[in-house]
Amino acid sequence: MSRLRLEIRVVPRPGLLDPEGKAIQSGLQSLNYSDIHDVRVGKLLLIELDADSPQDAIDHATSMCQRLLANPVTEDFEIKLLEDSGNSG
Amino acid sequence: MKVAIITFPGSNCDYDLYKCVQLVGGDPEFRWHRDSSLGKVDAVMLPGGFSYGDYLRAGAIATMSPIMEAVKEFAGHGGPVLGICNGFQMLCEANLLPGALLRNNSLLFCSKEVALSVENNSTIFTELYKPERKLRMPIAHAEGNYYANEETLAQLEEEGRVMFRYIDPQGKSTDGSNPNGSANNIAGIINTRGNVMGMMPHPERAVENILGSVDGLDLFKSLLNHISASKKV
Repeated sequence: MSRLRLEIRVVPRPGLLDPEGKAIQSGLQSLNYSDIHDVRVGKLLLIELDADSPQDAIDHATSMCQRLLANPVTEDFEIKLLEDSGNSG
Repeated sequence: MKVAIITFPGSNCDYDLYKCVQLVGGDPEFRWHRDSSLGKVDAVMLPGGFSYGDYLRAGAIATMSPIMEAVKEFAGHGGPVLGICNGFQMLCEANLLPGALLRNNSLLFCSKEVALSVENNSTIFTELYKPERKLRMPIAHAEGNYYANEETLAQLEEEGRVMFRYIDPQGKSTDGSNPNGSANNIAGIINTRGNVMGMMPHPERAVENILGSVDGLDLFKSLLNHISASKKV
């Protein structure tokens, strides 16, 4: 069992209206960043957990995303094992 | 009619619901989110508010509360469950109703009175409403933009499970009368079995003249009638 760190990104599904992203886009355009085509706003979660292996940690996180962290109707998620994971443990 | 009203940390319409159930002659009782049993009740109501500070997604963390297991079981046995505002968000998060409630397309918290059509008056929650009746009720939310995929929306429409729609003064559901960007102007829906209903407008805030509308009363009376009738059988 070692301590691992994961980064989980939860983002609104493509094609789904993201009014917050649109508002930020218009804010950036007001600052003359006129070449912006799209802004999407999601969530970043940093999770530290004890797991038998990196795969075990990812499996756990996948279950967390499916059950709570992401809404399956509107959001997609990505899980990444952080590189320094396990060194500090 | 004994009604369990569930209070979560951050609920703020629980007392309104309590008063409202009393007003129609029912017998309300509070249940705390940490309770694991509902006790013997005839209906469950999930109030509006900002449970758990709307963290993660509105209603998401509330659905992990111990009491929600009991609510799911109650609903599974056909018990009537009504979710208003944050309660509707919880019902979607708990998969008791399809779809999700996204941020209002205006990005603003929207607090005002809206006009609603009654789309289906043959349910336990709406049987006292005449089909042509137009209702006035307040809304007060930032995440009330009902979203579901095309297939789910088509199914809701086909099966008559859209309960209320936002309409203009002429009675038409238009973009202008849609306060939050909801698909098909949907303000409330019901499950396939007809015992779980969620809605963003607040019927419990439209039950006395001093509140500006009494159009919410018949919803609670419908449920009370249904429960009284089913007890006589």
